[in-house]
Amino acid sequence: MNFRLQYALALAVAFGVAMLLTFERPPVVTDQTGYRGTGMDEIRTARAVAALKANNVVPPAQDPAAPGGPLATTEYKNIQVLNNLTVDQFNRVMVSITEWVAPDQGCGYCHAEGEELSSDKLYTKVVARRMLQMTRQVNASWQNHVATTGVTCFTCHRGQPIPEQGVWFASNRPHAANAGNPMGQNDPVAAVGFTSLPVDPMLAYLTSIGSSRVVAASPYPGTDTAGIRQTENTYGLMINMSDGLGVNCTFCHNSRAFSAWDQSTPQRTVAYHGLQMVRDLNMHYLMPLQTTWPANRLGPTGDAPKVTCAVCHQGANKPLLGANMLKDNPELAGPAPPR
Amino acid sequence: MPEYQNIFTRVQIHAPAYPGVPLPRGPYTRSGATFVHLFGRFGDAQVGPIYLGWTGLASLLCGFIAIEIIGLNMMASVNWDPIQFVRKLPWLALEPPAPEWGLKVLPPLNEGGWWLIAGFFLTTAILLWWVRMYRRARALGMGTHVAWAFASAIFLYLSLGFIRPLLMGSWSEAVPFGIFPHLDWTAAFSIRYGNLFYNPFHMLSIAFLYGSTLLFAMHGATILAVSRFGGEREIEQVLDRGTASERAALFWRWTMGFNATMESIHRWAWWFAVLCPLTGGIGILLTGTAVDNWFLWAVDHGVAPEYPLVTPPVADPALGSGGTR
Repeated sequence: MNFRLQYALALAVAFGVAMLLTFERPPVVTDQTGYRGTGMDEIRTARAVAALKANNVVPPAQDPAAPGGPLATTEYKNIQVLNNLTVDQFNRVMVSITEWVAPDQGCGYCHAEGEELSSDKLYTKVVARRMLQMTRQVNASWQNHVATTGVTCFTCHRGQPIPEQGVWFASNRPHAANAGNPMGQNDPVAAVGFTSLPVDPMLAYLTSIGSSRVVAASPYPGTDTAGIRQTENTYGLMINMSDGLGVNCTFCHNSRAFSAWDQSTPQRTVAYHGLQMVRDLNMHYLMPLQTTWPANRLGPTGDAPKVTCAVCHQGANKPLLGANMLKDNPELAGPAPPR
Repeated sequence: MPEYQNIFTRVQIHAPAYPGVPLPRGPYTRSGATFVHLFGRFGDAQVGPIYLGWTGLASLLCGFIAIEIIGLNMMASVNWDPIQFVRKLPWLALEPPAPEWGLKVLPPLNEGGWWLIAGFFLTTAILLWWVRMYRRARALGMGTHVAWAFASAIFLYLSLGFIRPLLMGSWSEAVPFGIFPHLDWTAAFSIRYGNLFYNPFHMLSIAFLYGSTLLFAMHGATILAVSRFGGEREIEQVLDRGTASERAALFWRWTMGFNATMESIHRWAWWFAVLCPLTGGIGILLTGTAVDNWFLWAVDHGVAPEYPLVTPPVADPALGSGGTR
């Protein structure tokens, strides 16, 4: 074969491989969600939809607890959260929670061997109790986000003691003392979609009460002091959210004025309450457990594991594609626990 | 006989080195022309004589210092790890000072001081290069069109990195030195100021940018198309049209009713190119200083149309609940 032809062929193969590895292969379907010509649409492929379905299989529920019977508190000691349940209901929750959170480790993951079941010797049991409170709090007080679909342990855990997605820590990036300060950005991390945006935008908005709003509400200066860096933080948070929910910007926002509520889709309101909820869960449930977790469960700077939207959503705009597990697990709906 | 049409044919002109027109004055004597076959495939095979001079030397030195500060800061940000430096290079940057430093000169080096120093040397390098272009054009008795076109680009560069930060009272408003970081800055800038596409000067800048490419393509294609009639001798044809420019002109009058002339097409191109960064720079300078939200500005001025909602209307939940924003 002619040398030039070989050369051209090699180039064509390299180009083809690059295309295969980096391009989304057709067919790609675009669903229009807004007025024509405004670029409001959602993009999907049959492959992504199938993968999402495969990742969101809901396990069969345990048989319902027989009605009536004594309260669990009369039979067991040290019951602090599930104290409104009967013995049958209580045991049903214990079986479910094992299957949802620690199917391989079993009861021993939280209940120390050779100790009373009531013993709080293992940190996992203390954390699990707090997580049960959190679940009930979400189901009772955050219905503006979870509606009546609610959440169970499985929504996040999916058979893993530590949820696979959406758990994050403050990053720790060593840099030289006199130069190279990256100012908290410019590192390709998954949390902000491998952009060069701030790597910890969640720290600013999901661990304390701070406003993520940066766009001026008036056409002319004087009402808004947000700078570019603050905007990059919000932008990073939005990328994190978009990634976690598997949607693009126009799922919530209109395509021309991101800040305008009067032109937003109804999902934006749900997402707004979601952000408030994640902030509440981090501030009141996860971060206070910092002293409970052993060092190997903490982040590189010694901070507690925290959550983002992805911990429940795992790439779906409705966790578990909207399946209502709470209906089959009414024990977790319970009353909202005191803070 | 083969025609001389490089890029398209493999024929090269290879004549004795030509030093250029006689110079009227000055201490500089020209020497050191050489030939590179590869260059001959794209343009003139003759390389040199090169004139660097004091402004050129100083410019290169300042540019080297700036690139060195930027590169070493990038390297330091990955803890001097050469592998990580190569892997993450597109993400790395030298960032301007944080907002709390305002316009302070000089904040601590690692808090943006390096950015200020690098910016100073880069700007000096660019301005010296401008002086050099201006003076070389003058030395050849040319007009200074190239230098002024370059000045337009420098105006945009200074608007982004110097003038606008001064007007806003903070270096933190300026652009970082980095590949992806400056792109993320651009996107964030547009978001913060309510969508830059509603900035009329941004619109003009885009029109001149795309217009430049269109004009370039039209002009290049026209000249190539009439080169068989000697059309590439355009400058002579400014005065003495000849059949090539007659045909080219008629072609455009036939197809769009109007034609530029052999001379005016170059003014069209120059102004389109110059107005692209010039209008862009004006748009940047107005952003945050005169207008804080371009979308709302466009609504105020009847630019942004209203579209019907196809989903139920939504209200800001923070207003009703008094919740955090």
